[in-house]
Amino acid sequence: YATEATVQVNRPFKLHRLDEGPATEVKLTKDQALKYYTQMQTIRRLETAAGNLYKEKIIRGFCHLYSGQEACAVGMKAAMRDVDNIISAYRVHGWTYLMGVSPSGVLAELTGVQGGCARGKGGSMHMYAPNFYGGNGIVGAQVPLGAGVGLACKYKGNGGMCLALYGDGAANQGQVFEAYNMAYLWKLPVIFVCENNNYGMGTSSERASCNTDYYTRGDALPGIWVDGMDVLAVRSATEFAINYVNTHGPLVMETNTYRYSGHSMSDPGTSYRTREEIQEVRQKRDPITSFKELCIELGLITTDEVKAIDLKVRKEVDEATAFAKSDAELGVSHLWTDVYSNNLEPKLRGTIAYDIDHIQERKGVNH
Amino acid sequence: KQMTVRDALNSALDDELARDDRVFILGEEVAQYDGAYKVSRGLWKKYGDKRVIDTPITEMGFAGIAVGAAMAGLRPVCEFMTWNFSMQAIDHIINSAAKTFYMSAGAVNVPIVFRGPNGAASGVAAQHSQCFAAWYAHCPGLKVLSPYDAEDARGLLKSAIRDPDPVVFLENELVYGTAFPVADNVADKDFLVPIGKAKVMRPGKDITLVAHSKAVETSLLAAAELAKKGIEAEVINLRSIRPLDTATIFASVRKTHHLVTVENGWPQHGVGAEICARIMEDQTFFELDAPVWRCAGVDVPMPYAKTLEAHALPRVQDLVEATLKVLGGKVGKAAAANK
Repeated sequence: YATEATVQVNRPFKLHRLDEGPATEVKLTKDQALKYYTQMQTIRRLETAAGNLYKEKIIRGFCHLYSGQEACAVGMKAAMRDVDNIISAYRVHGWTYLMGVSPSGVLAELTGVQGGCARGKGGSMHMYAPNFYGGNGIVGAQVPLGAGVGLACKYKGNGGMCLALYGDGAANQGQVFEAYNMAYLWKLPVIFVCENNNYGMGTSSERASCNTDYYTRGDALPGIWVDGMDVLAVRSATEFAINYVNTHGPLVMETNTYRYSGHSMSDPGTSYRTREEIQEVRQKRDPITSFKELCIELGLITTDEVKAIDLKVRKEVDEATAFAKSDAELGVSHLWTDVYSNNLEPKLRGTIAYDIDHIQERKGVNH
Repeated sequence: KQMTVRDALNSALDDELARDDRVFILGEEVAQYDGAYKVSRGLWKKYGDKRVIDTPITEMGFAGIAVGAAMAGLRPVCEFMTWNFSMQAIDHIINSAAKTFYMSAGAVNVPIVFRGPNGAASGVAAQHSQCFAAWYAHCPGLKVLSPYDAEDARGLLKSAIRDPDPVVFLENELVYGTAFPVADNVADKDFLVPIGKAKVMRPGKDITLVAHSKAVETSLLAAAELAKKGIEAEVINLRSIRPLDTATIFASVRKTHHLVTVENGWPQHGVGAEICARIMEDQTFFELDAPVWRCAGVDVPMPYAKTLEAHALPRVQDLVEATLKVLGGKVGKAAAANK
């Protein structure tokens, strides 16, 4: 069996205002293959578990699944260095796991219990970890925030950058263009990543955008189009982008991808697209199946290893699900914990009187 | 010793830029133009492009960038040329800045100051004349400051920049050029005014006038008028809208038993309305000898014409009238009888 292979990126990159693009011939080691497969499979399993918990009415409110888009996050994470940061929108369960939160930390946040990564106070869209500035529930807001994280990297001179992720829906928000503009003027180390899954809720990109080549929409900012169903292509593009951003300034990267689920759990996802369309992507372009087949074909992973990983992932996510179901919510007194990093209000108001003492448990990383 | 509000703000920014490398200023025209209202005058020359950053005219974008920088460890001072334009960016003030600490269960606090001139300016009509104190004070997670004089401006801005939470800092353009007497220690590098404490500007025993920003001036002038009628009004400068220093207000009411609130903002759901509600819900209610009365901006968008504009805000005679109404003539009569 091989321990390393050279792979040709299948679908060519498209470039905007760039003379050179990412490497199309990439190296893949056995360890990397095992890692990426495990990560993508874990995200897929996590989302399946989340979907089931939602149907059981244990997860409340909003719940946006990432199934189908795994190669985007895993590919980007593979290229990111310790000094790099990310901020994304509301489809972030997978990213939260990649940035260091355990599957139980993610699922417990979704079920709103105290073992959740935000102790059950944030929910599906508001998860955080070191170098991960969250999920954001306001479409497009994370893009200037990400540019600000990039500004902080440049200001501190730590060599890091920020990947600011948004969808094809958010790509039409005015503040996205404001952020492009300032990031370009100030040469901020930011990669603007448009995860184009073809639908903003139920509106197809063609019905929402005058220009669906999202990698060109930064105007003066260079752009790269990458096959978001190919983890190695995304990794290669991100490596290129990191190098580029460090020396030249911001860049737009469009990852062309697909979500299998509806926009959220309340959307069956079939009124604005056909079941055939979804089936076709699943069969022909699934990021996990295609990567698995590639690795087996290259001799980097055996079918036994695949089975072992699948079993391990299933067990881990099953245990996380059991934990998320059994753990308790925070006590009611935590309703008034950590409203301010330095609280100056003598009493917070309850529903009928100023009778609550603010509880300061944490100060925050920037206290 | 005298100090203008502009110099108070400018020196506060200068001090804090020098004190903490993480502090930087961004906003429209803050650097090369020296500030639209010259509050940041000279700072770009002194601190350079890294610390004093001119932005394009894109409030939503630069407010978001400022909040992101604060999340990632810096201490931005984000200037809005006027608070009216903050409406373009209000999502980042509330959804991005105010809520993140709580949403992250105490993991990520957002140390940022949003500042700029607030309230009615002069002759600029409806879109440029509005008080945002009540708007922002509504939101948990924010601290909202409304300085009146030079001491307030300098001490509160320095406290705001050092605070680990998001602070909305509402200045008043009309007093930027006004020189106020200040004590010697106000110029000290570590002179701070604590957030959340009101200041009694003038003691009195007959009625309390509680105000913020430029309405403090109207209240002091009204108190001088009332003194001529033998009425001793106590004037409280709130300084901080959230937290609201109810202890100082209640203590004053326990002494005077009468209260008039004064603000240049609109009445409905305003700062005065909140103070009324707080008193109603407290034992202090039983100290009142008459209902609390609100003096507020007239409930209309600000007109342009000079006379109409002047009548759109509470004037000294309005305060005198409200005070006499609340007192029901009894203090004035008593005072007259004593003479």
